[in-house]
Amino acid sequence: MRKFGKFLSLAILFLVVPLFAQDLASFEKRTEVRKLPNGLTVILCQRHEAPVFSFYTLVDAGSVQDPKGETGLAHMFEHMAFKGTPTIGTKDYAAEKIVLAKIEEVYAEYIRERDRMVNRDPKKIAELEKQWKDLVNEADTYVVRNQFGEIVEENGGVGMNAGTEEDDTVYFYSMPVNRLELWAYLESSRFADPVMREFYKERDVVYEERRMRIDSDPTGRLVEQFVGTAFQASPYRNPGIGWPADLRTFSATDAINFFHKYYTPSNMYIAVVGDLYPDQFWPVVEKYFGQIPSHPKPDERITQEPPQNSERSVALQETAQPLYVEGYHRPSYLSPDDAVYDAITDLMSNGRTSRLYRSLVRDKRIAAIAAGFSGLPGQKYPHLFAFYAVPLPGHTNNEMRDAIHAEIERLKKEDVSDEELQMFKTRARASIIRGLGNNPGLATSLAIMQARYGDWRELFRQLDRIDKVTKADIRRVANETFVESNRTVGIIETAQIPRGAQAGPGQQPPAQ
Amino acid sequence: MMKRTILGALIAYASISVAAAQTAPARQIPPPTSVPQARNEAPQQQAQQNAELSQIKIPKLPPFTPQEPQRIQLANGMVIFLQVDHELPLVGGTMRVRGGATSEPADKTGLISIYGDVWRTGGTKTKTGDQMDDFLEARAAKIESNDGDDSTSLSFDCLKGDFEDVFNLFLDVLHNPEFREDKIGLAKRQMYTVIARRNDDVESIVGREAIRLAYGPGNPYSRIPEYATVNRVTREDMIQWHATHVQPQNIIFGIYGDFDPKAMEARLRKAFDSWPKGKPVTEPVMTFTTALPGIYFVSKDDVNQSSIQMVSLGIKRSNPDYYAVEVMNQILGGGFASRLFETIRSKLGLAYSVGGGVGTAWDRPGISRFAMATKSATTGESVKAMKSELNRMLTDPPNAEEMRRSKDAILNSFIFNFDDKEKVLAERMRYEFYGYPPDFLERYRAGIEKVTVEDVNRVAHKYLHPDQLPTLVVGNPGELGNQLTALGPVKTLDISIPPPPGQPTKTGAAPGR
Repeated sequence: MRKFGKFLSLAILFLVVPLFAQDLASFEKRTEVRKLPNGLTVILCQRHEAPVFSFYTLVDAGSVQDPKGETGLAHMFEHMAFKGTPTIGTKDYAAEKIVLAKIEEVYAEYIRERDRMVNRDPKKIAELEKQWKDLVNEADTYVVRNQFGEIVEENGGVGMNAGTEEDDTVYFYSMPVNRLELWAYLESSRFADPVMREFYKERDVVYEERRMRIDSDPTGRLVEQFVGTAFQASPYRNPGIGWPADLRTFSATDAINFFHKYYTPSNMYIAVVGDLYPDQFWPVVEKYFGQIPSHPKPDERITQEPPQNSERSVALQETAQPLYVEGYHRPSYLSPDDAVYDAITDLMSNGRTSRLYRSLVRDKRIAAIAAGFSGLPGQKYPHLFAFYAVPLPGHTNNEMRDAIHAEIERLKKEDVSDEELQMFKTRARASIIRGLGNNPGLATSLAIMQARYGDWRELFRQLDRIDKVTKADIRRVANETFVESNRTVGIIETAQIPRGAQAGPGQQPPAQ
Repeated sequence: MMKRTILGALIAYASISVAAAQTAPARQIPPPTSVPQARNEAPQQQAQQNAELSQIKIPKLPPFTPQEPQRIQLANGMVIFLQVDHELPLVGGTMRVRGGATSEPADKTGLISIYGDVWRTGGTKTKTGDQMDDFLEARAAKIESNDGDDSTSLSFDCLKGDFEDVFNLFLDVLHNPEFREDKIGLAKRQMYTVIARRNDDVESIVGREAIRLAYGPGNPYSRIPEYATVNRVTREDMIQWHATHVQPQNIIFGIYGDFDPKAMEARLRKAFDSWPKGKPVTEPVMTFTTALPGIYFVSKDDVNQSSIQMVSLGIKRSNPDYYAVEVMNQILGGGFASRLFETIRSKLGLAYSVGGGVGTAWDRPGISRFAMATKSATTGESVKAMKSELNRMLTDPPNAEEMRRSKDAILNSFIFNFDDKEKVLAERMRYEFYGYPPDFLERYRAGIEKVTVEDVNRVAHKYLHPDQLPTLVVGNPGELGNQLTALGPVKTLDISIPPPPGQPTKTGAAPGR
């Protein structure tokens, strides 16, 4: 069966390559990129399947850009980008503006007093806190709540959301095609002149988000500690959601300063995919988005993580079941070996033929899930290639570690098979094809490729890099990367059995 | 489920977003709109403020007729839908088979979940599942079986050049599954892991306990697998299930992608015409008994946030009130500008994740859920705030502006129900499965257009009952103080996991619920 398989997959290769050439050619015909005079990059991809369109805006600034003492700020601004403008979300902006400015004055004074290290005056702090909260309530009377989102929704917008990652911040939804001009108005004005209204209530909302994702979830708690242990210098060490103390401190002024520094058109990429035609699209885009004021692209440099010289680890004592994670530093996505890491991810983790599944799940019968992947916590800067395994009841983290290490050693010492290498390349092609058939997915890929490689065509050209991966590359990269001194381990250990709550890890499943 | 949770937390660790996953019941059409606080004066004000907005031209949406799939019914009862789509060189199909987990014996809960794995992983008479894995993965193709509450399914997806090879293997899995013991063991071990970990994650606790409160502990939807029930499942059970369910009259098969419909029809007729008809499956009989009003508490001492869910029985989608309920849900909870989102999140800053609505389902009353998560200290306040918003729906019916916005949101986004040929196919298969008319979507549009404020007010009174709702709270007893007892009588739910058969309870007392 295997021999036959190899023969057939070569046949597929011949079948697929021309199809791809044709696809890139077809995309060339219907895709156009323009850089507006203010520096904003816009991509239009025509896809005339139904009278709708989707967009994806990528701002090339994420949590990595959070200023010192203001972790979580990039994400906080993302929330604020839904609060409207001087004309959307207010009953009387002239009056509202004055109160918002007063809030900032009083809040700054309150924080100064609250965080004074000596001679704190509790009475003064309480007074200032009251003043600040009264002003927040006053400002509230001018708000037309959630009007921005409401306009999108009543006009048939769907899938509206945004996300902040370590590397970038993204905004997206889909609309009926007759709302093109409305979309251009909304999306340009939210980034031309956003208003920081309801900031301090939204900050409470974000804190709840932290409680949900990190504080009240054992895996969230582990990953925050694990990433913080693996990185010491790089800003990747900080959680994107922000450390609790910063979430109780940063201000609307901090958020708008962040906006002015990083949300400059030269730092933004918008991809639009759908039932649109260039002669109708570009005049609208130029009219609205051309109004966003321009300034230089901000500095992208960060503190580089120095090489790690000995293994690190973090162990959480939890009431939850055990979990094993380990990570190794690897270079950024621009490394010439990026596709080699993709190959390793695929061979180790993709599906039931993957090495970790076959070893830990199928044959050794010690784990429910085992996999490895790149991109923790981001990809733009040097980051981690991480492995993890979920032990079956009665099995331990040490067994996970040993079994993962055995598979890593195999990767370092033996060449992968021809079939495995070919399977990776075939699957990479098919996965690109499968991503081309829907507007939101295409908009996402085009914007990311344009921002990260300077050319959306990389969506197809990445196949050249994938094709060049050899068995020797995989061994070399595995030997360079997966070494003890470059490793950080994170585990959840089940500390105790709580009162009448859970089955402990020591319990064995029934015999089979 | 567990895979999603843990992988999700790892991969999505650095990815945080403005809106949480919707906690509202599954909706046919995306989120709501409304600004009740500003609604008396807002329209005029906005008209003035948004001169820019009012100048924007909104042309008529170009006419668009979605491509309907071709329906073919074979003499043996099998229904086939063909949806041609030449955009990409792919072919795929899903076969939905009547009968699912709600029909499995209670003492073997988990049977269908295991069957849903092993039907495919257990291989066929002539090929092991591992051999299939090698064959398919080398072609970047998939054949997968899945379990469901009211059905199981077998699907495939491949590059069009591989169709014949993959489809032959698909037929082999359909007709000759072997259910090999090693893969049954693997599936059971996965189930044991899910059982052992089911109290680690708040969402998983809330999800299952809310169903028990809404439908009653005896309802098949409330059952969860235990070590003992999984342990009882045998290969013979799976062979038996397969023989009695996988028959043409129980099957709806949808195929989509890049093919010639005539040739495909001929291929499918060749494959299925000679398959003899069997006996239809019997639907399980169910009762729905919602818990009495009150606070139902689950203690979890490693959280600093309470997860709150109020539940009740919703409606079936064939209910004539369905359209008014959809409009009411749009106004009440789910989207950025709904009443719940606006008050509880934006105005009070009590929650990141909040939403809800009257539940609707195709074949039974849906579960109405009103859900949020808030820090331990504001749990009591949040339960009251949620209840007061539900009451406000009764005392403060939507005005004309709210009605317009919510209906606009549904009608203007209507196109997204059929902007993709595969979506159209999936909808059509659903109507066929549940016995709804093929033009259900058109009727939906017409139904929404007719909804009046009186309708919304009427269904609000008929289905909301804010004072009758059992309220589930999963939270940290050490941080909650007496907030819950201040709300009324509290019943503590015991969620301890019964140990595997033959093993003592290490955790001491584990009384029944």
